[in-house]
Amino acid sequence: MTTPEHPGARETLIRVRGLRTQFGSHVVHDGLDLDVYRGEILGVVGGSGTGKSVLLRAITGLDTPAAGRIEAFGTEVLGASPEERERLDQRWGVMFQDGALFSSLTVRENVEVPLRRIPDLTPELRRALADLKVSLVGLPYRAGEAYPSELSGGMRKRAGLARALALDPEIVFLDEPTAGLDPIGASAFDSLINTLSEALGLTVFLVTHDLDTLYATCDRIAVLAEKRVLVTGTLPQMLEVDHPWVQEYFTGPRARLARGAGRSDTKPEAE
Amino acid sequence: MSTTGLQTENGESAAGQVIGLSGALTVHELAALHGKLAEPTLSPTIDLSGVTRIDTAGAWALAEFEQRVAAAGGTLRYRGASEAAELLLGTVRRALPVPEPEPPSASGPRALLEATGRRVVAAVTFLRGLLEYLGMFVAGLVRVLLHPREFRLTALVAHCDDVGLRAVPIVSLMAFLIGVVLAFQGATQLRQFGAEVFVVDLIAISVLRELGILLTAIIVAGRTASAFTAAIGSMKMRQEIDAMRTLGLDPVTVLFVPRILALLLMLPILGLIADVMGLFGGALMSWIELGISPSMFRTRLVADTDISNVIAGLIKAPVFALIIGVVGCHAGMQVKGDAESLGRMTSSAVVTAIFAVIVADALFSIFFAEVGL
Repeated sequence: MTTPEHPGARETLIRVRGLRTQFGSHVVHDGLDLDVYRGEILGVVGGSGTGKSVLLRAITGLDTPAAGRIEAFGTEVLGASPEERERLDQRWGVMFQDGALFSSLTVRENVEVPLRRIPDLTPELRRALADLKVSLVGLPYRAGEAYPSELSGGMRKRAGLARALALDPEIVFLDEPTAGLDPIGASAFDSLINTLSEALGLTVFLVTHDLDTLYATCDRIAVLAEKRVLVTGTLPQMLEVDHPWVQEYFTGPRARLARGAGRSDTKPEAE
Repeated sequence: MSTTGLQTENGESAAGQVIGLSGALTVHELAALHGKLAEPTLSPTIDLSGVTRIDTAGAWALAEFEQRVAAAGGTLRYRGASEAAELLLGTVRRALPVPEPEPPSASGPRALLEATGRRVVAAVTFLRGLLEYLGMFVAGLVRVLLHPREFRLTALVAHCDDVGLRAVPIVSLMAFLIGVVLAFQGATQLRQFGAEVFVVDLIAISVLRELGILLTAIIVAGRTASAFTAAIGSMKMRQEIDAMRTLGLDPVTVLFVPRILALLLMLPILGLIADVMGLFGGALMSWIELGISPSMFRTRLVADTDISNVIAGLIKAPVFALIIGVVGCHAGMQVKGDAESLGRMTSSAVVTAIFAVIVADALFSIFFAEVGL
């Protein structure tokens, strides 16, 4: 199998080696390797049940894998001491599928939760920063005072992103950011990801099913199949991969539509 | 992460004040940075050439300072900003939230009046809601009687098991202990008058008329009203009730009728069990404490206590059952989309049901006193 590799010129933020995760006797990943480079938007795709979200949970330390090494910012995630863990948590942000906002808090209070960890931040500054994050993800000012149950699905996702961005992390993990959004909302979210990644210098780890999102945002794609990362590379490289699932995924009827509608000048790797 | 904190350096140039910032302009240094930029002067220049790292918090502090300088009629200039900093600053400047004024809220006596009015309206709406659900239940029951096929016997039996059979141990234990306590307390008081034997009347009347059924209803309210609310509420949260409606199933017949009917059937039986266990506990304690033999207890019970006491007690059971069931189902349907409201409605269902049962019991007492039962 051809695995288009990158010259190691770029800084590797996350390095996964030989990852093995299993639930009981069901093995999800076996010998999975993956690198995430600084500043890129990496799209992770794969069929249902190939463990895209499980990979995200393993990297962020929510699940403990059976074997393998995960290194983030040069720190071993699995054996991290509580202090190292806390430092890691400040350097990444996670947006869960439905936002996973705390339902008893308003959107502003949700965004303030991570900010409370900064010791000498006054309540006024915290509030102002939370308001900025809410506005940065494109929510109206009034949305800050609303409770999550009063928001639409798309707004909840934006609010979840605002909370993930509260501490200006270097990398954000987005789990299916556009699932369940209408095409207009989804493409607005895509361009939001692009803008934020550019303006804040964010690295984005994006788990998705959405071909349009892949075409619109991702610099590099990692395909999960056969319990490992089958192949990584840019979109044009994907089209040349000789594997039935990859072929089907990137050249199927929906893919062709997305390709037609998506950004035609798919970014070549700037090395 | 940068370890060099924020450093500032003030200077003067021909154009005005120069504020030199260096080090990290991040959220960790925001408080210090915000303090440094507290006083807007006319047309200052900020020198960013020594900045190693800047994040949205730092950019916000600069953008906000910019706004205040502009409000004072000046302009803020930057010097030595990196390309990334410019980009970030631009993004934050565009995203700077424009606070919208709070909707005007009344204060003083008018606010008090308004708040009181709102509470009254909410209370009336709540009572009307309960009546509506009672009506829905009765209508559902009639519909089920007319079309027996729609009736869900399996659900009814399952709810009877849950509401009735499974509550028997706790209700029996509670009633038994109440009997014991009454006998014990009654004995110590009545002994002063040498009227120990009247303890039988005391136990019989208080357990049969009041305590047996009232305490059973309170236990069932705690157990069952909360269970109804939680079950219906979580179905409401996950849109199962909406799904039911679109499939042509009526939530009233599917969910409410079997539950409330099960309570209607089971509460009198539980009340009867409580009566028997209460008398049993009382008899046991009278025997041990006062030496009133079980046969003597029985003789006095039969001779002196009228059957009307039992009727006056058990006749309340269906009313209590209706109250508990309707309150539980109504609260379940009021659950909104979030987990918080499910918890709130569940506890409110229990409190409302217990309160309503006690109020109903008081009304019954007055009514029975008036009609001389």
